[in-house]
Amino acid sequence: MNETNHREDVEMERTLRAALRGGRDEVPPPSIVDAAAAAGLLDVAYARLDSPVGTLVLASTPRGLARLAYVDEGQEDAVLQDIALRLSPRMIAAPARLDEPRRELDEYFAGRRRAFHVALDLRLLSNFTRRVLTATAAIPYGGVATYKEVATAAGSPRGFRAAGNALGSNPLPIVLPCHRVLHSGGGLGGYTGGLNRKRTLLAIERGPGTTA
Amino acid sequence: MATVPLPPFQNLLDAHARDVHRFLIATVGPVDAEDAYQETWLAALRAYPQLRDASNLRGWLFTIAHRKAIDHVRARARRATPVPEPAELPQAPAADGPGRVTDDDLWSAVAALPDKQRTAVALRFIADSAYAEIATAMEISEPAARRNVHEGLKRLREERTR
Repeated sequence: MNETNHREDVEMERTLRAALRGGRDEVPPPSIVDAAAAAGLLDVAYARLDSPVGTLVLASTPRGLARLAYVDEGQEDAVLQDIALRLSPRMIAAPARLDEPRRELDEYFAGRRRAFHVALDLRLLSNFTRRVLTATAAIPYGGVATYKEVATAAGSPRGFRAAGNALGSNPLPIVLPCHRVLHSGGGLGGYTGGLNRKRTLLAIERGPGTTA
Repeated sequence: MATVPLPPFQNLLDAHARDVHRFLIATVGPVDAEDAYQETWLAALRAYPQLRDASNLRGWLFTIAHRKAIDHVRARARRATPVPEPAELPQAPAADGPGRVTDDDLWSAVAALPDKQRTAVALRFIADSAYAEIATAMEISEPAARRNVHEGLKRLREERTR
Protein backbone atom coordinates (compact mmCIF):
# COMPACT_ATOMS: atom_id res chain seq x y z
CA MET A 1 0.00 0.00 0.00
CA ASN A 2 1.46 3.38 -0.93
CA GLU A 3 1.72 6.44 1.26
CA THR A 4 -1.25 8.29 -0.22
CA ASN A 5 -3.53 5.32 0.12
CA HIS A 6 -2.45 4.84 3.69
CA ARG A 7 -3.18 8.44 4.55
CA GLU A 8 -6.55 8.21 2.87
CA ASP A 9 -7.30 5.02 4.78
CA VAL A 10 -6.57 6.70 8.07
CA GLU A 11 -8.85 9.55 7.16
CA MET A 12 -11.52 7.18 5.89
CA GLU A 13 -11.37 5.27 9.16
CA ARG A 14 -11.85 8.45 11.12
CA THR A 15 -14.79 9.47 8.99
CA LEU A 16 -16.30 6.01 9.25
CA ARG A 17 -16.03 5.92 13.01
CA ALA A 18 -17.68 9.31 13.32
CA ALA A 19 -20.40 8.55 10.78
CA LEU A 20 -21.32 5.05 11.89
CA ARG A 21 -21.57 6.05 15.51
CA GLY A 22 -24.59 8.17 15.61
CA GLY A 23 -25.44 10.57 12.87
CA ARG A 24 -27.72 13.51 13.40
CA ASP A 25 -30.96 11.60 13.35
CA GLU A 26 -29.92 8.49 15.19
CA VAL A 27 -32.84 6.52 16.52
CA PRO A 28 -32.22 5.29 20.05
CA PRO A 29 -32.30 1.51 20.44
CA PRO A 30 -35.75 0.21 21.34
CA SER A 31 -36.48 -1.25 24.78
CA ILE A 32 -36.28 -5.02 25.07
CA VAL A 33 -38.23 -5.19 28.34
CA ASP A 34 -41.61 -6.23 26.92
CA ALA A 35 -40.11 -8.77 24.51
CA ALA A 36 -37.98 -10.23 27.30
CA ALA A 37 -40.98 -10.52 29.62
CA ALA A 38 -43.13 -12.07 26.87
CA ALA A 39 -40.39 -14.65 26.24
CA GLY A 40 -40.25 -15.46 29.96
CA LEU A 41 -36.69 -14.17 30.14
CA LEU A 42 -37.14 -11.19 32.44
CA ASP A 43 -36.25 -12.90 35.73
CA VAL A 44 -35.76 -9.65 37.63
CA ALA A 45 -37.14 -6.19 36.88
CA TYR A 46 -35.77 -3.41 39.03
CA ALA A 47 -36.23 0.28 39.70
CA ARG A 48 -35.00 3.01 42.00
CA LEU A 49 -37.12 5.03 44.37
CA ASP A 50 -36.17 8.19 46.24
CA SER A 51 -37.59 8.25 49.73
CA PRO A 52 -37.25 9.91 53.16
CA VAL A 53 -34.92 7.04 54.07
CA GLY A 54 -32.69 7.54 51.04
CA THR A 55 -32.55 5.80 47.69
CA LEU A 56 -34.20 2.40 47.53
CA VAL A 57 -33.78 -0.31 44.92
CA LEU A 58 -36.83 -2.47 44.29
CA ALA A 59 -36.54 -5.80 42.49
CA SER A 60 -39.44 -7.93 41.28
CA THR A 61 -39.64 -11.42 39.86
CA PRO A 62 -42.70 -12.55 37.89
CA ARG A 63 -44.12 -13.71 41.26
CA GLY A 64 -43.81 -10.39 43.02
CA LEU A 65 -41.56 -8.00 44.89
CA ALA A 66 -38.55 -10.01 46.05
CA ARG A 67 -36.10 -7.43 47.30
CA LEU A 68 -36.17 -3.92 48.66
CA ALA A 69 -32.69 -2.61 49.38
CA TYR A 70 -31.40 0.50 51.04
CA VAL A 71 -28.71 2.08 48.89
CA ASP A 72 -25.99 3.96 50.70
CA GLU A 73 -23.84 6.51 48.89
CA GLY A 74 -21.79 4.84 46.14
CA GLN A 75 -23.19 1.41 46.89
CA GLU A 76 -25.69 1.01 44.08
CA ASP A 77 -23.52 -1.24 41.90
CA ALA A 78 -22.80 -3.52 44.84
CA VAL A 79 -26.50 -3.67 45.75
CA LEU A 80 -27.49 -4.55 42.17
CA GLN A 81 -24.71 -7.13 41.86
CA ASP A 82 -25.90 -8.75 45.09
CA ILE A 83 -29.45 -8.98 43.73
CA ALA A 84 -28.17 -10.51 40.46
CA LEU A 85 -26.25 -13.07 42.47
CA ARG A 86 -29.12 -13.98 44.78
CA LEU A 87 -32.02 -13.87 42.32
CA SER A 88 -30.79 -14.06 38.72
CA PRO A 89 -28.41 -12.16 36.43
CA ARG A 90 -31.28 -11.85 33.92
CA MET A 91 -32.02 -8.49 35.42
CA ILE A 92 -33.18 -5.39 33.57
CA ALA A 93 -34.08 -1.88 34.72
CA ALA A 94 -37.84 -1.70 34.11
CA PRO A 95 -39.38 1.02 36.29
CA ALA A 96 -42.87 0.67 34.78
CA ARG A 97 -42.99 -2.92 36.05
CA LEU A 98 -42.57 -1.62 39.60
CA ASP A 99 -45.20 1.10 39.45
CA GLU A 100 -47.44 -0.63 42.01
CA PRO A 101 -44.88 -1.13 44.80
CA ARG A 102 -43.41 2.31 44.15
CA ARG A 103 -46.83 3.89 44.46
CA GLU A 104 -47.62 2.02 47.68
CA LEU A 105 -44.27 2.99 49.17
CA ASP A 106 -44.75 6.65 48.20
CA GLU A 107 -48.12 6.59 49.96
CA TYR A 108 -46.59 4.91 53.00
CA PHE A 109 -43.85 7.55 53.26
CA ALA A 110 -46.48 10.26 52.93
CA GLY A 111 -48.36 8.73 55.89
CA ARG A 112 -51.30 7.79 53.69
CA ARG A 113 -50.85 4.00 53.67
CA ARG A 114 -50.87 1.60 56.61
CA ALA A 115 -50.58 -1.75 54.85
CA PHE A 116 -48.98 -3.07 51.67
CA HIS A 117 -50.92 -5.12 49.16
CA VAL A 118 -48.33 -5.80 46.47
CA ALA A 119 -47.57 -9.42 45.65
CA LEU A 120 -44.40 -10.63 47.35
CA ASP A 121 -41.89 -13.26 46.29
CA LEU A 122 -40.42 -14.65 49.52
CA ARG A 123 -37.75 -16.82 47.90
CA LEU A 124 -34.91 -14.96 49.63
CA LEU A 125 -36.25 -15.83 53.07
CA SER A 126 -35.14 -19.01 54.84
CA ASN A 127 -37.87 -20.92 56.68
CA PHE A 128 -36.97 -19.49 60.04
CA THR A 129 -36.63 -15.96 58.69
CA ARG A 130 -39.99 -16.37 57.03
CA ARG A 131 -41.62 -17.38 60.35
CA VAL A 132 -40.02 -14.46 62.18
CA LEU A 133 -40.90 -11.90 59.52
CA THR A 134 -44.44 -13.22 59.23
CA ALA A 135 -44.70 -12.59 62.98
CA THR A 136 -43.52 -8.99 62.51
CA ALA A 137 -46.10 -8.52 59.79
CA ALA A 138 -48.72 -9.08 62.51
CA ILE A 139 -47.54 -6.03 64.47
CA PRO A 140 -50.01 -3.30 63.55
CA TYR A 141 -48.98 -0.06 61.87
CA GLY A 142 -47.64 2.38 64.43
CA GLY A 143 -47.20 -0.36 67.03
CA VAL A 144 -44.07 -2.07 68.28
CA ALA A 145 -43.10 -5.46 69.73
CA THR A 146 -40.01 -6.87 71.43
CA TYR A 147 -37.56 -9.37 69.96
CA LYS A 148 -38.78 -11.86 72.54
CA GLU A 149 -42.41 -11.46 71.56
CA VAL A 150 -41.55 -11.91 67.92
CA ALA A 151 -39.44 -15.00 68.65
CA THR A 152 -42.31 -16.46 70.66
CA ALA A 153 -44.79 -15.76 67.89
CA ALA A 154 -42.38 -17.46 65.48
CA GLY A 155 -42.44 -20.57 67.68
CA SER A 156 -38.96 -20.16 69.20
CA PRO A 157 -39.45 -18.33 72.51
CA ARG A 158 -35.80 -18.79 73.50
CA GLY A 159 -34.49 -17.89 70.08
CA PHE A 160 -34.75 -14.14 70.35
CA ARG A 161 -31.12 -13.64 69.36
CA ALA A 162 -31.65 -15.77 66.25
CA ALA A 163 -34.82 -13.79 65.66
CA GLY A 164 -32.76 -10.60 65.80
CA ASN A 165 -30.42 -12.01 63.17
CA ALA A 166 -33.35 -13.06 61.02
CA LEU A 167 -34.77 -9.53 61.18
CA GLY A 168 -31.35 -8.17 60.27
CA SER A 169 -31.35 -10.21 57.08
CA ASN A 170 -34.81 -9.05 56.02
CA PRO A 171 -34.74 -8.84 52.17
CA LEU A 172 -37.97 -6.80 52.19
CA PRO A 173 -37.59 -4.13 54.87
CA ILE A 174 -40.46 -1.64 55.34
CA VAL A 175 -42.89 -4.00 53.56
CA LEU A 176 -42.12 -6.69 56.14
CA PRO A 177 -41.95 -4.28 59.07
CA CYS A 178 -38.94 -5.44 61.07
CA HIS A 179 -38.49 -1.80 62.12
CA ARG A 180 -41.37 -2.30 64.58
CA VAL A 181 -39.30 -4.67 66.71
CA LEU A 182 -37.49 -3.11 69.70
CA HIS A 183 -35.54 -4.20 72.78
CA SER A 184 -37.67 -5.10 75.80
CA GLY A 185 -36.10 -2.19 77.74
CA GLY A 186 -37.43 0.19 75.11
CA GLY A 187 -34.09 0.54 73.31
CA LEU A 188 -34.20 0.74 69.53
CA GLY A 189 -32.21 -2.46 68.99
CA GLY A 190 -30.64 -2.83 65.56
CA TYR A 191 -31.75 -2.27 62.00
CA THR A 192 -30.74 -3.56 58.61
CA GLY A 193 -30.57 -0.03 57.19
CA GLY A 194 -29.09 1.65 60.25
CA LEU A 195 -30.87 3.16 63.26
CA ASN A 196 -31.55 6.53 61.61
CA ARG A 197 -33.76 4.85 59.08
CA LYS A 198 -35.52 2.88 61.82
CA ARG A 199 -36.24 6.12 63.72
CA THR A 200 -37.57 7.77 60.57
CA LEU A 201 -39.93 4.88 59.81
CA LEU A 202 -41.25 4.77 63.39
CA ALA A 203 -41.78 8.55 63.30
CA ILE A 204 -43.71 8.30 60.02
CA GLU A 205 -45.98 5.71 61.58
CA ARG A 206 -46.58 7.79 64.70
CA GLY A 207 -47.88 10.51 62.46
CA PRO A 208 -47.08 14.18 61.82
CA GLY A 209 -45.96 16.37 64.67
CA THR A 210 -44.22 13.59 66.53
CA THR A 211 -40.45 13.19 66.77
CA ALA A 212 -38.33 10.10 66.86
CA MET B 1 -9.75 -19.47 41.08
CA ALA B 2 -12.67 -17.37 42.18
CA THR B 3 -15.39 -17.11 39.58
CA VAL B 4 -16.47 -13.57 38.89
CA PRO B 5 -20.24 -13.24 39.29
CA LEU B 6 -22.15 -12.26 36.17
CA PRO B 7 -23.13 -8.59 36.34
CA PRO B 8 -26.82 -7.63 36.05
CA PHE B 9 -27.83 -7.91 32.39
CA GLN B 10 -28.73 -4.23 32.45
CA ASN B 11 -25.00 -3.45 32.57
CA LEU B 12 -24.60 -5.04 29.13
CA LEU B 13 -27.49 -3.00 27.78
CA ASP B 14 -26.05 0.20 29.23
CA ALA B 15 -22.62 -0.46 27.77
CA HIS B 16 -23.41 -1.97 24.38
CA ALA B 17 -27.03 -1.42 23.30
CA ARG B 18 -26.29 1.58 21.11
CA ASP B 19 -23.37 -0.03 19.33
CA VAL B 20 -25.23 -3.30 18.75
CA HIS B 21 -28.07 -1.24 17.28
CA ARG B 22 -25.70 0.69 15.00
CA PHE B 23 -23.95 -2.50 13.94
CA LEU B 24 -27.26 -4.06 12.90
CA ILE B 25 -28.45 -0.96 11.07
CA ALA B 26 -25.16 -1.00 9.14
CA THR B 27 -25.34 -4.72 8.37
CA VAL B 28 -29.03 -5.42 7.70
CA GLY B 29 -30.46 -1.94 7.15
CA PRO B 30 -32.77 0.15 9.33
CA VAL B 31 -35.92 -1.87 8.60
CA ASP B 32 -34.66 -5.33 9.55
CA ALA B 33 -32.46 -3.89 12.30
CA GLU B 34 -35.40 -3.58 14.70
CA ASP B 35 -36.14 -7.32 14.60
CA ALA B 36 -32.49 -8.33 14.51
CA TYR B 37 -31.88 -6.13 17.54
CA GLN B 38 -34.63 -7.78 19.63
CA GLU B 39 -33.52 -11.23 18.50
CA THR B 40 -29.91 -10.50 19.44
CA TRP B 41 -30.75 -9.36 22.94
CA LEU B 42 -33.26 -12.13 23.61
CA ALA B 43 -30.73 -14.75 22.48
CA ALA B 44 -28.12 -13.15 24.73
CA LEU B 45 -30.55 -12.98 27.67
CA ARG B 46 -31.51 -16.62 27.18
CA ALA B 47 -27.91 -17.85 27.21
CA TYR B 48 -26.60 -15.39 29.80
CA PRO B 49 -26.97 -17.33 33.09
CA GLN B 50 -25.03 -20.30 31.63
CA LEU B 51 -22.21 -18.15 30.30
CA ARG B 52 -18.93 -19.55 31.62
CA ASP B 53 -16.56 -16.81 30.60
CA ALA B 54 -17.68 -13.26 31.28
CA SER B 55 -14.32 -11.72 30.36
CA ASN B 56 -15.38 -10.62 26.86
CA LEU B 57 -19.07 -9.85 26.98
CA ARG B 58 -18.83 -7.36 24.14
CA GLY B 59 -17.22 -9.90 21.82
CA TRP B 60 -19.86 -12.44 22.83
CA LEU B 61 -22.68 -9.99 22.09
CA PHE B 62 -21.33 -9.06 18.67
CA THR B 63 -20.93 -12.72 17.76
CA ILE B 64 -24.64 -13.16 18.48
CA ALA B 65 -25.51 -9.94 16.64
CA HIS B 66 -23.51 -11.11 13.61
CA ARG B 67 -25.40 -14.44 13.54
CA LYS B 68 -28.75 -12.65 13.71
CA ALA B 69 -27.63 -10.30 10.93
CA ILE B 70 -26.71 -13.29 8.74
CA ASP B 71 -30.16 -14.80 9.37
CA HIS B 72 -31.75 -11.60 8.12
CA VAL B 73 -29.49 -11.24 5.09
CA ARG B 74 -30.22 -14.86 4.11
CA ALA B 75 -33.94 -14.46 4.66
CA ARG B 76 -33.87 -11.40 2.48
CA ALA B 77 -31.90 -13.25 -0.20
CA ARG B 78 -34.59 -15.97 -0.19
CA ARG B 79 -37.37 -13.49 -0.82
CA ALA B 80 -34.99 -11.60 -3.06
CA THR B 81 -35.66 -9.37 -5.94
CA PRO B 82 -32.61 -9.18 -8.20
CA VAL B 83 -32.05 -5.48 -7.52
CA PRO B 84 -31.31 -4.09 -4.07
CA GLU B 85 -34.35 -2.72 -2.32
CA PRO B 86 -33.86 1.02 -2.20
CA ALA B 87 -36.16 1.36 0.78
CA GLU B 88 -33.68 -0.65 2.82
CA LEU B 89 -30.87 1.81 2.22
CA PRO B 90 -30.58 5.09 4.06
CA GLN B 91 -31.36 7.83 1.59
CA ALA B 92 -28.61 10.22 0.63
CA PRO B 93 -29.65 13.86 0.51
CA ALA B 94 -29.55 15.22 -3.00
CA ALA B 95 -28.52 18.80 -2.40
CA ASP B 96 -24.95 18.39 -1.22
CA GLY B 97 -22.21 20.00 -3.23
CA PRO B 98 -19.57 17.98 -5.09
CA GLY B 99 -16.86 16.39 -2.99
CA ARG B 100 -18.91 16.72 0.17
CA VAL B 101 -19.34 13.31 1.71
CA THR B 102 -22.14 13.21 4.23
CA ASP B 103 -22.82 10.63 6.90
CA ASP B 104 -25.78 9.48 4.89
CA ASP B 105 -23.64 8.91 1.80
CA LEU B 106 -21.29 6.85 3.86
CA TRP B 107 -24.10 4.82 5.39
CA SER B 108 -25.42 4.10 1.90
CA ALA B 109 -21.97 3.15 0.68
CA VAL B 110 -21.47 0.81 3.64
CA ALA B 111 -24.89 -0.70 3.06
CA ALA B 112 -23.91 -1.40 -0.55
CA LEU B 113 -20.75 -3.34 0.35
CA PRO B 114 -20.70 -7.13 -0.09
CA ASP B 115 -21.94 -8.92 3.06
CA LYS B 116 -18.59 -9.94 4.49
CA GLN B 117 -16.92 -6.60 3.87
CA ARG B 118 -19.88 -4.74 5.31
CA THR B 119 -19.89 -6.88 8.44
CA ALA B 120 -16.13 -6.64 8.89
CA VAL B 121 -16.17 -2.87 8.43
CA ALA B 122 -19.08 -2.51 10.86
CA LEU B 123 -17.37 -4.66 13.48
CA ARG B 124 -14.16 -2.74 13.06
CA PHE B 125 -15.55 0.78 13.17
CA ILE B 126 -18.71 0.47 15.24
CA ALA B 127 -17.73 -2.23 17.70
CA ASP B 128 -14.04 -1.27 17.66
CA SER B 129 -13.17 -4.93 17.36
CA ALA B 130 -9.63 -6.19 16.95
CA TYR B 131 -9.08 -8.36 13.88
CA ALA B 132 -8.99 -11.45 16.09
CA GLU B 133 -12.42 -10.52 17.47
CA ILE B 134 -13.79 -9.88 13.99
CA ALA B 135 -12.48 -13.31 12.99
CA THR B 136 -14.20 -14.93 15.96
CA ALA B 137 -17.50 -13.12 15.44
CA MET B 138 -17.57 -13.90 11.72
CA GLU B 139 -16.15 -17.39 12.14
CA ILE B 140 -13.42 -16.76 9.60
CA SER B 141 -9.60 -16.61 9.85
CA GLU B 142 -7.84 -13.53 11.10
CA PRO B 143 -6.13 -12.79 7.74
CA ALA B 144 -9.56 -13.09 6.11
CA ALA B 145 -10.98 -10.63 8.63
CA ARG B 146 -8.17 -8.21 7.89
CA ARG B 147 -8.66 -8.63 4.15
CA ASN B 148 -12.39 -7.99 4.37
CA VAL B 149 -11.87 -4.77 6.32
CA HIS B 150 -9.26 -3.54 3.86
CA GLU B 151 -11.23 -4.46 0.77
CA GLY B 152 -14.27 -2.78 2.27
CA LEU B 153 -12.27 0.36 2.97
CA LYS B 154 -10.81 0.32 -0.52
CA ARG B 155 -14.23 0.13 -2.07
CA LEU B 156 -15.52 2.95 0.15
CA ARG B 157 -12.57 5.09 -0.83
CA GLU B 158 -13.26 4.46 -4.50
CA GLU B 159 -16.91 5.40 -4.01
CA ARG B 160 -15.85 8.54 -2.34
CA THR B 161 -13.42 9.74 -4.96
CA ARG B 162 -15.70 8.80 -7.81
